[in-house]
Amino acid sequence: MDKFNHSVRLDPDLCKGCINCIKRCPTQAIRVRNGKAMINAKFCIDCGECIRVCAHHAKHATYDKMDVMKQYQYTVALPAPALYSQFNNLDDVNIVLNALRLMGFDDVFEVSAAAELVSEATREYLTHNEDNLPIISTACPSVVRLIRVRFPNLISHLLPLNPPVEVAAALAAKRAMKKTGLERKEIGVCFISPCPSKVTYAKSPLGTEKSQVDHVLAIKDVYPQLLSHMKGVGEEAADLVTSGKIGISWGRSGGEASGLFTDDYLAADGIENVIRVLEDLEDQKFTNLKFVELNACNGGCVGGVLTVENPYVAEVKLKRLRKYMPVARSHMDMEDNAEQLIPWTTGVQYEPVFSLGGNMMESFARLNQVERLCKKLPGLDCGSCGAPSCKALAEDIVRGQASENDCVYHLRENLHKLSEEVSVLADDLHEGNKGGQETLRILKEYIQRISDEMSLLDNQEEDE
Amino acid sequence: MDDAIVLKYEISPDDFTRAGEASSDVKGKLKQLGVSPEAVRKVAIAMYEGEINMVIHANGGEITVEITPVEIRMILADVGPGIPDVEKAMKAGYSTAPDEVRSLGFGAGMGLPNMKKYTDDMSIETKLGVGTTITMIVKM
Repeated sequence: MDKFNHSVRLDPDLCKGCINCIKRCPTQAIRVRNGKAMINAKFCIDCGECIRVCAHHAKHATYDKMDVMKQYQYTVALPAPALYSQFNNLDDVNIVLNALRLMGFDDVFEVSAAAELVSEATREYLTHNEDNLPIISTACPSVVRLIRVRFPNLISHLLPLNPPVEVAAALAAKRAMKKTGLERKEIGVCFISPCPSKVTYAKSPLGTEKSQVDHVLAIKDVYPQLLSHMKGVGEEAADLVTSGKIGISWGRSGGEASGLFTDDYLAADGIENVIRVLEDLEDQKFTNLKFVELNACNGGCVGGVLTVENPYVAEVKLKRLRKYMPVARSHMDMEDNAEQLIPWTTGVQYEPVFSLGGNMMESFARLNQVERLCKKLPGLDCGSCGAPSCKALAEDIVRGQASENDCVYHLRENLHKLSEEVSVLADDLHEGNKGGQETLRILKEYIQRISDEMSLLDNQEEDE
Repeated sequence: MDDAIVLKYEISPDDFTRAGEASSDVKGKLKQLGVSPEAVRKVAIAMYEGEINMVIHANGGEITVEITPVEIRMILADVGPGIPDVEKAMKAGYSTAPDEVRSLGFGAGMGLPNMKKYTDDMSIETKLGVGTTITMIVKM
């Protein structure tokens, strides 16, 4: 799979070419070109901010539809802990798990159960890596992707363990094969996800060659069907719950860190906050930190764009749900060889996508050009050119992807200059100065240039 | 000249919320230039230390950063009180920072030692009552 594969997409028919998404994108990955928002695949980290902010619903996430289940002999649902936080007055996770079976899945494997194993492995990892603290969580794929392109110095601090969803998928597949005798390809492992970032993860994971997650469904798609099946779950339903407080807590910001039994942690959520923390981490502004938990969405996974409930309400529900649970229900020694499934099998490589040029000399020349252009551009960051800021436009210009005339202010200034010169020429002509024919010719030329520039402006407006 | 880049930053005094803006900007530009992550890290740490020092001790000042394909040179110039005993100031843990600064988590006495540690060369020119100019070099 392409290492810059993405699940956040644009529907050009719905896109109005407004500037809302380009302004909100944390990696400045979007440009409005020819009246449509284009996502730069190398810059995009699949955080879903643009989906959230687009009033025209032109941005969407690609994920699998529920009928993918039909392709398999046997299917396993992997519910994210965030799924449990979507329901009113839910006091028993078992109802959700049984409803998933009523919906058609042959089995369920809680991601929160795998999360408890990852918590255990993380505690172990922290004790053996005290010279490389703080360790940064790798559960949020958007954060890992962000670090990969923007914070090369922090790559060595990444927790080299698979996220709970991966561990859950591997264990679920193993269990299903043992139980049914089917081949791996006859078993469909479906994650019920709160975010598009996990869709990308399943297609092109970081840290492991191939994900064991076969399909990713959206919580918002599953939710209505699940609701109706939940009513059908009786008192005598099988007990399927295999996770406790630690696992369930992973669904919200700070939950992963709370399973590490240390106070020396930092938990930040919301992509802008995450970036600020990463900047400061890179400058070594924090001391005495053991663990850094980062979630791209506000509130953590409960804030994913594929959820239905308000993230803060969801957080309250999750808290209520975990209240009477045991600390943990899954332990490493209960699963066969779980410790072998948890560590990363590949590393994460720095991808310097934000370099201005192909080599350092080219980058030097281009950065100087950017500096000069920034002084010329109005500095209003209005977005009319299709770039999120004047600096971003300057960078686009030196990369050969835009021109100065994309700036309406620059264009307006040109028009002013031309029309002033026209009026001087006209005055000359009026006063009957010598060379009247020549002046007339120049005047005509100027008028032509003005109308050319005007038509540029018209094009831009048509685009928008 | 297109193979050298000169950046200038005014450092405003007593404004901790803005301290670090200059080093952050330099960091971003170095990454755009494709400078090695290790050099970026050294510059970011050393320059941030220096920038904070200028805010705490010297009523701000001016930082000039010269980037060439060979090295990154940071010149931090202030018209502050000057450093009375450079040798002492270079010692780890020696601090003259007032309590309100320490309460913000600064003033551990590691400023100058860290600046030296993270750069390939550092020189200090200082005169009491006149000001201090620190030049730091990080090789590419």
